[in-house]
Amino acid sequence: MIAYLGRRVIQSVLILLGVSLITFALLYLLPADPVRQIAGRSATPETVENIRRQLGLDQPFFIQYWHYLISLLSGDLGRSYIQRSEVTELIISRLPASLLLMVGAILCELAIGLTMGLVAAVRRGTATDQTLMVASFVGVSTPQFVVGLLLLYVFAVQLGWFPIGGYGTWRHLVLPSLTMGILGAGWYARMMRSSMIDVLRQDYMRTARAKGLARGAIIFRHALPNAILPVIAMIGIDIGIFMGGIVVVESVFGWPGIGQLAWQAIQRVDIPIIMGVTLVSAFAIVLGNLLADTVAPFIDPRIKLR
Amino acid sequence: MKKFLTSTVAVSALALMLGMTSARAEHAVDPNAKPGGAITITYKDDVATLDPAIGYDWQNWSMIKSLFDGLMDYEPGTTNLRPDLAESYEIAPDGKTFTFKLRQGVKFHNGREMTADDVKYSLDRVTNPKTQSPGAGFFGSIKGHDEVAAGKAESLSGVTVVDPYTIKFELTRPDATFLHVMAINFSHVVPKEEVEKYGADFGKHPVGTGAFKFAEWTLGQRVVFERNPDYWHKGLPHLDKISFEIGQEPIVALLRLQKGEIDVLGDVIPPAKFQEVMADPEQKARVVEGGQLHTGYITMNTTMAPFDNAKVRQAVNMAINKDRIVQLINNRAVPANQPLPPSMPGYDKEFKGYPYDVAKAKALLAEAGHPDGFDTQLFAMNTDPNPRIAQAIQQDLAAVGIKASIQSLAQANVIAAGGDKAGAPMIWSGGMAWIADFPDPSNFYGPILGCAGAVPGGWNWSWYCNKDLDAKAAEADSIVDPAKSAERARMWSAIYGKIMEDAPWAPVFNEQRFTMKSTRMGGADNLYVDPVHIPINYDNVYVTDVQ
Repeated sequence: MIAYLGRRVIQSVLILLGVSLITFALLYLLPADPVRQIAGRSATPETVENIRRQLGLDQPFFIQYWHYLISLLSGDLGRSYIQRSEVTELIISRLPASLLLMVGAILCELAIGLTMGLVAAVRRGTATDQTLMVASFVGVSTPQFVVGLLLLYVFAVQLGWFPIGGYGTWRHLVLPSLTMGILGAGWYARMMRSSMIDVLRQDYMRTARAKGLARGAIIFRHALPNAILPVIAMIGIDIGIFMGGIVVVESVFGWPGIGQLAWQAIQRVDIPIIMGVTLVSAFAIVLGNLLADTVAPFIDPRIKLR
Repeated sequence: MKKFLTSTVAVSALALMLGMTSARAEHAVDPNAKPGGAITITYKDDVATLDPAIGYDWQNWSMIKSLFDGLMDYEPGTTNLRPDLAESYEIAPDGKTFTFKLRQGVKFHNGREMTADDVKYSLDRVTNPKTQSPGAGFFGSIKGHDEVAAGKAESLSGVTVVDPYTIKFELTRPDATFLHVMAINFSHVVPKEEVEKYGADFGKHPVGTGAFKFAEWTLGQRVVFERNPDYWHKGLPHLDKISFEIGQEPIVALLRLQKGEIDVLGDVIPPAKFQEVMADPEQKARVVEGGQLHTGYITMNTTMAPFDNAKVRQAVNMAINKDRIVQLINNRAVPANQPLPPSMPGYDKEFKGYPYDVAKAKALLAEAGHPDGFDTQLFAMNTDPNPRIAQAIQQDLAAVGIKASIQSLAQANVIAAGGDKAGAPMIWSGGMAWIADFPDPSNFYGPILGCAGAVPGGWNWSWYCNKDLDAKAAEADSIVDPAKSAERARMWSAIYGKIMEDAPWAPVFNEQRFTMKSTRMGGADNLYVDPVHIPINYDNVYVTDVQ
């Protein structure tokens, strides 16, 4: 167990190093000069070179990367070129909003997805099953900005139940969580359905039925706890999908999280922020996967760590 | 601008004898304005910084103007210069010395009185390379600028504090744009003690002398300004509070405006909704239209064949159907025939430019030795509506035989290609086009059409360099006397007329601005499309529903 964990942690660190190197290299290769951007269009060539020296951008690639890594070890992600603030501060100020949205999204996807999967499994082969599976397919395939704008239009503009974007109260949280959750719900519905069907086919289910247990008791007391565990273990992996989704959803809803920060930084080629958000997201994904893999054997004894 | 000589007869006489020019201005306040009330404005992008030495974008430009003041400003809603923190100014006959008398009793938001030392400090700071100001280049005519820019001096030798309320600027050359330079945000006055207290984070803790005080900044969500009760300009501002809500997509912001939740769309009306809004009389009544100091143009790289031939460039000018392109963007612009926009001094109303004439364009191409046209590339920014405009240009060019392939790229990449001499044969400037920093015709020349901009990494993407015109431009800018401003504007008209003969650009349109506001917003329409306090003049607008 310890050896396994140690190996995984080393692998994770290597993955993060790789991500940082690739992102740094890609941003370095961009045919856009951040110094020109900072210096403005009225700057003289001397001013431009002066700023380049101050930022250390006149150094060779690997020296720049090395300096970045050294600062990174002390938690310093550099200073934004456009916003002129510490990237660490910008990310930390926006993390709570993204975490809140993640919790909201996970609750939504579990509530919707597990219910759909459960009902579909129990009513396998019926019209209900087929309708639910088509719905889950639609949920998985519809782009999130479409879902977001549709929900906004119907529930905020037409019905007026929720505010039109923004941040602050639980009512602000509902629509963006739902938008994020609908994608995940589609996946969970499918996983839950197949897991539940597997369990319902087991011998002990037949025994339970033969003993004359009520249908509700069989499903909720005996089948559900066994079927749900492997599904729950997937939440860690969800973080990756989540990190991709927040860029779009936060922009649509004006949600002040790191996804919106990333989107604005990409539009303005604010390299230190792009770098910082990419690293933080990569860290979250790696951590999520690590947690999922570590926790899985405790939840589902069929899985063994090697 | 109201102009009259300094107060006493004796001083006036002396000034006249010395041939000095001096001016003072008195500021009026809208008599219908009601004090009080709060408004909410939305923006899509984060506010980058509120440091006047750094901020240089759409949403922070006017915000900074409300927190800080400069020696000069403009009459609200116009491009007419007037003294602001300065009470009066004098220009020496040689046009190289400017002396400003400051208002007394102007206080920073921290309570300390602003003096000439603060003005000097602010200019030393903005030109210091350590500040990394994108506006440092505007101060190039001040004596000692080059030493400060090179890091050899900490202070501009040409700026002298005569007494606490008098400051003198010595320039290396007569500079007719200098009063404008004293009005741009980069020359706004900051208190040294606050800048030193916050260091690089001063932009998040701004302290100035402006009509509003900075009250709150929740990163990524909200910036709040409150009325400055000690503002030197009595009667301003009208509003008690302005909340800027950040990170709102324009489409969502429009929905909120329609529901009455917000007061002003800081960004443009979303293009997809524009026709719907303008077709509804009730909504259209809340939209204010105005010109802006903007020109959208196609650059042709005059150092690359076949665009090194003026006939080819003239042919391109005749091949473009500008009316159709204007229609393509829902008539949110007016067709352009010269580099300067119509609201800029020096714009030549009589100038007809190149007509849309396919036959003549083909004839010119044949004369230039390209009867069957040629293959080329057109670079454009990849955000709507620019790819659509580039396609329209591509079709127009195809009609005269020029086969242009479109390179649709991110903004930074197009800018990089333009700044590379062998980078881009043609560029559609949309999304990166020139919006003037100040309302003066020279601002459309130097960096984008003069030799100074035709350098690697520069903004003169047609690499057009005409030494004669550079000399003429310098001559025009040496006419500092405001009484001769009409003569100077004519000289600039002639310069742009010559440029159009050489045709390094095909000017396409001048964008119009459309600001949408709630029904409770009051104040003259021109405050909502202010050419200088972009996008709106926060100090002078008011709400009508306060008691």
